[in-house]
Amino acid sequence: MSTLEIKDLHVSIDTEQGTKEILKGVSLTIRTGETHAIMGPNGSGKSTLASTIAGHPRYNVTSGSITLDGEDVLAMSVDERARAGLFLAMQYPVEVPGVSMTNFLRTAKTAIDGEAPKLRTWTKDVKAAMAQLRIDADFTQRNVNEGFSGGEKKRVEILQLELFKPKFAILDETDSGLDVDALKVVSEGVNRAHAEGNMGTLLITHYTRILRYIKPEFVHVFVDGQVVEEGGPELADRLEEEGYDRYATGAGAATIAAADAAAQA
Amino acid sequence: MTDITTEKARIGAPSAQPFINGFTEEGESLSPLNAAASKSPLAGEAVKRHSHGGGVGIPDSSRAGRLTSYKLADFKPLTGMEEDWRFTPLKRLRGLHTEVLNGAAPTVSVTAPDSVTVETVGRDDRRIGSAAIPEDRVSANAWENFTEATVITVPAEVQADGEVSVLLTGQGTEASAQHVVIIAEKFSKSVVVLDHQGTAVVSENIEILVEDGAQLTVISLQEWNDDAVHASSQQAKLGRDAKFKHIVVSLGGDLVRVTPSARFTAPGAEVELFGLYFADAGQHLEQRLFVDHAVANCKSNVLYKGALQGRNAHTVWVGDVLIRKEAEGTDTYEANRNLVLTDGARADSVPNLEIETGLIAGAGHASATGRFDDQHLFYLMARGIPEEVARRLVVRGFLNEIIQQIKVPAIEERLTDAVERELAATNH
Ligand SMILES: Nc1ncnc2c1ncn2[C@@H]1O[C@H](COP(=O)(O)OP(=O)(O)OP(=O)(O)O)[C@@H](O)[C@H]1O
Ligand SMILES: [Mg+2]
Repeated sequence: MSTLEIKDLHVSIDTEQGTKEILKGVSLTIRTGETHAIMGPNGSGKSTLASTIAGHPRYNVTSGSITLDGEDVLAMSVDERARAGLFLAMQYPVEVPGVSMTNFLRTAKTAIDGEAPKLRTWTKDVKAAMAQLRIDADFTQRNVNEGFSGGEKKRVEILQLELFKPKFAILDETDSGLDVDALKVVSEGVNRAHAEGNMGTLLITHYTRILRYIKPEFVHVFVDGQVVEEGGPELADRLEEEGYDRYATGAGAATIAAADAAAQA
Repeated sequence: MTDITTEKARIGAPSAQPFINGFTEEGESLSPLNAAASKSPLAGEAVKRHSHGGGVGIPDSSRAGRLTSYKLADFKPLTGMEEDWRFTPLKRLRGLHTEVLNGAAPTVSVTAPDSVTVETVGRDDRRIGSAAIPEDRVSANAWENFTEATVITVPAEVQADGEVSVLLTGQGTEASAQHVVIIAEKFSKSVVVLDHQGTAVVSENIEILVEDGAQLTVISLQEWNDDAVHASSQQAKLGRDAKFKHIVVSLGGDLVRVTPSARFTAPGAEVELFGLYFADAGQHLEQRLFVDHAVANCKSNVLYKGALQGRNAHTVWVGDVLIRKEAEGTDTYEANRNLVLTDGARADSVPNLEIETGLIAGAGHASATGRFDDQHLFYLMARGIPEEVARRLVVRGFLNEIIQQIKVPAIEERLTDAVERELAATNH
């Protein structure tokens, strides 16, 4: 049982116009076995949260904390975070020229486990996982993400999720750019990883359709760098119907709560 | 600051597809997947002159018009303003362009299969001059000063089993001259490795004759000590249906300038010119090649890849491909890619394609210089891979495309190790 805890996280980036605060106090706790959905409009800071957890150097944490079972994640380098059990399926996976998928997967697995996987079983595992995600076998010969379509890149992210077996998976819009079939295949992959029982999931999405396949216990609505509302799966249904308009940018959680209270009165 | 320049002769629209994020690029294509598809036929378009944006005020001229002569006196003293010397720090040539080259030349020791003839001959041997003529002052200086030459002959129809290994060991820093002649007689098949080691200040002329139907691979390895200075003209003359593969690998030396050329004299011949270079802090590694499509229906394919790291690491690649009026049916493609690993390194890359006939099968060129950037690093590290390992993974993959062309397992292994050592020396 592990816990990933984010407390009052403030994050800014340096732009040409100066420093810009993107996350304005985010708190979130995820435990093994839980699935949390973060939903929010474009530009609300979802990817910023994901990238900050993974340790992307562009994002500066100005205050707050992230801990994994009490360990200070912010003090770890990017690779240390991954080895500690954090996995980020990226919204825009990067093409890495010159490095074959085979080589990449084996190198990463070795780094994460601290020892090289047994070649026989590893090759078999990779093949099987690829088949389940309907990724062509010849992808292993290709360079990492190079020339992959948007959907192929997402499948390959989930392939890594299944092979690397992280403690916490952060899925940044893994559903975007997928057709219905691919969405199913990818969701099944996430559910398989989840079913092994040792993983917590933070599912970032703009739309609700992936929630038909991956069922979150908790839904957090993200607007303008803050969690403005939290609830169970029913909150996602409500968003489906009403969209994000209710959360006018700039409106804080308190305003929403007050508005809801007024509506009920 | 990283200083990345890419100069080019522009034919066709620049590619829209990035080779690596953040890479500057030019040319029809950089992706090997669609390189073939991108060869533009250029029908009816005769491109004779190209301007070198960012040049230093040197009039542009056709490669066809370059002075060639066996006499040093025919070449004017160098000023550094010449088109073909503008990137070279002349001060670091240690007199190769000014001194009498009478220092002790690197010793030559050849290991060859019995079927191959190896001779040491004097200046008056009839085979001297059979494939090459100096195209610059430094080469002419060596021609005027060499005292003996090594002649390697693969007799007609012989399939040499195992490679011919030529070890050239530098004898110190006195400016010297070297001469080697390689003759692949009709329908022979062989691999020759020129292995440059030690410390030398040497100008070298390598003459390569590939007779009708012969298949020859020449691999020139520059694994000199840090203080070596090496100028090497490696000229190949190809007969009918000849196949020539040339691989230049420059890793060691203070200044290494290799100028390979391939001249077609009869139809049906094919050349492949490959190169790999890895420049560390302060190193100047230059490669200028010339493919002369002087006759019809020949093929050339050029790919050079370089990695750079450290302050003032400097690489230069200039690829001159000339398709003369007579060279109908020519098929040619040349590409250069550079990977800059740290700040303070500079890669110059200039493809020049001159086309004097529209009746060709294909002609294309590409040049890309870019950084191993933070996005690549982040992606790999986010998968648990430590920074150093990530860097190695990328560079190894990048350069492996050339290494695997060598097909001599012992040398491939040696170069893979050498690249690892270069990477291990990274100080950033
Ligand atoms: N590198 C950057 N330079 C400038 N602004 C940035 C940068 N990265 C993020 N931002 C800004 O920060 C805000 C949050 O961006 P982020 O990508 O985290 O949003 P998001 O919720 O993931 O959006 P989407 O749904 O479009 O993926 C946006 O206003 C965005 O423009
Ligand atoms: Mg996003």
